[in-house]
Amino acid sequence: MGFDVTAIRKDFPILGRTLKNGKPLVYLDNAATSQTPQPVIDVIVDYYSRYNANIHRGVHQLSQEATDAYEQARQKIQKHLNIAHAHEVIFTAGTTHSINIVAAGFGQILQPGDELIVSALEHHANIVPWQMACERSGAVLRVIPMTPQGTLDLDAYEALLNDRTRLVFVNHVSNALGSINDIERIIHQAHAVGAAVLIDGAQAAPHLVADVQALDVDFYTLSAHKICGPTGVGMLYGKEKWLNLLPPYQGGGEMIATVSFEKTTYADLPHKFEAGTPNICGGIAFGAAVDYMNSIGFDQIAAYEHQLLLRATEGLKSIEGLTIYGDHDHKTAVISFNLAGVHPYDVGSILDQLGIAVRTGHHCAQPIMTYYNIPGTVRASFSFYNTFEEVDALVAGVKKAQQMLC
Amino acid sequence: MSQNIAQLQEEIVEEFAFFEDWMQRYEHMIALGRSLPEIDPQHKDDDHLIKGCQSKVWVHAALEDDKLVFTADSDAIITRGIIALLVRVFSYQKPADIIDAPTDFIDEIGLKEHLSPTRANGLVSMIKQIKLYAIAYQTQIKS
Repeated sequence: MGFDVTAIRKDFPILGRTLKNGKPLVYLDNAATSQTPQPVIDVIVDYYSRYNANIHRGVHQLSQEATDAYEQARQKIQKHLNIAHAHEVIFTAGTTHSINIVAAGFGQILQPGDELIVSALEHHANIVPWQMACERSGAVLRVIPMTPQGTLDLDAYEALLNDRTRLVFVNHVSNALGSINDIERIIHQAHAVGAAVLIDGAQAAPHLVADVQALDVDFYTLSAHKICGPTGVGMLYGKEKWLNLLPPYQGGGEMIATVSFEKTTYADLPHKFEAGTPNICGGIAFGAAVDYMNSIGFDQIAAYEHQLLLRATEGLKSIEGLTIYGDHDHKTAVISFNLAGVHPYDVGSILDQLGIAVRTGHHCAQPIMTYYNIPGTVRASFSFYNTFEEVDALVAGVKKAQQMLC
Repeated sequence: MSQNIAQLQEEIVEEFAFFEDWMQRYEHMIALGRSLPEIDPQHKDDDHLIKGCQSKVWVHAALEDDKLVFTADSDAIITRGIIALLVRVFSYQKPADIIDAPTDFIDEIGLKEHLSPTRANGLVSMIKQIKLYAIAYQTQIKS
């Protein structure tokens, strides 16, 4: 059976909404958050309707059912990313939380003069926690520069690596530009000098599947809400040896083996990093979202989204005075652009009136905006449930905005 | 006799009532944005800057006799349009009147989305800043 976008759209109740001015919703802010299909919504409703209970400690039936569902979700994520052990999957509140766990842990074990490498294409969530870790430890942050095309200068990266490099953290896909980074090379070269690598997979997860064992990556993060799951839940993958080495991030219940006022011993993985009652329903729905995405099929998703990207790129390029940032072939279905002499906020405001949801601003990636010397961009990000008609509506909307604003 | 804040707001609401759809409203906002008098370049500095997440707003206030005169600017034209309305309503008014004035006319003219607390455009902070200027000058007048 081929890819049937009309059938897929029926899974997403929100896509049938009509907005102000009587305009149908054209949702092109998928890189910020994806929409939720009915099968995932059903899982959330079912959880609260039938087996809402606290997990891992209860002897009663509801607690056992909830625990089973939660742990099954962990296994779904494990299988999805080809992770060796289920206990290497840590449920978190999302990618930001995942990165903070690793950065705070390293902040305690890094030595003054140790070096960390970040890329110029990062979301603030993969910059600020490391700056905090550097402040705490005396480690130094180095930056892989970007190129005008919106890719990373990997020759410069190679030159930054040395025997003081402890950790490299780069996104798999840039949230602001959609560039897919050559993480295989980044990981391989980091390992050659004995450095660990964290890959922020938040923006890659909706479009492609990472095989963490094939990549041999040390840490990988993602957020459920980027792949049709709920907000407030995500995961941290860490190699067992690293997760055992890092100190816990938060103290509390669930993460302990024994507690006395003299000494507390920590629980085994994954519980060591899962203090407190987790987002149980969110975790279960995360698993359902992974199932849903796989039922569509990532090969099909990637192929279809690429067609959307080509059409949007071609359409937007036909507009005089429009600049696309990160205009190259190796990217996901994300287009960051500006109209000459027009502030992105104004373009976004006009598109909003037309029912077209895009993101405008610096996309929490201010270093990229500083590099291009712009206040921000308009970012249209596509998902497998978007249509060619919606792409055309965007192009027509941008033309209308240009007509009104220029 | 110059108009008071309530009269000016009512005038704006009536002006916008003529527009039949969002496009006319926005075209008017853009035109207002273009016609906003320039702020003195020396006041377009970090001291007068209100940082929105996306567009920037600069506001300056000075006392003329017993009334406040605002000049302002933004790097986004629609934001400038709303600024033009705010300047029209609040300039040449007494600080005490500004402090108590409502701002719901922005809702009434269909531009509410620009005042949502998304931190996007600095307008919410601008209104707060206008009121803070009024409070500061009111204190100065009294003392």
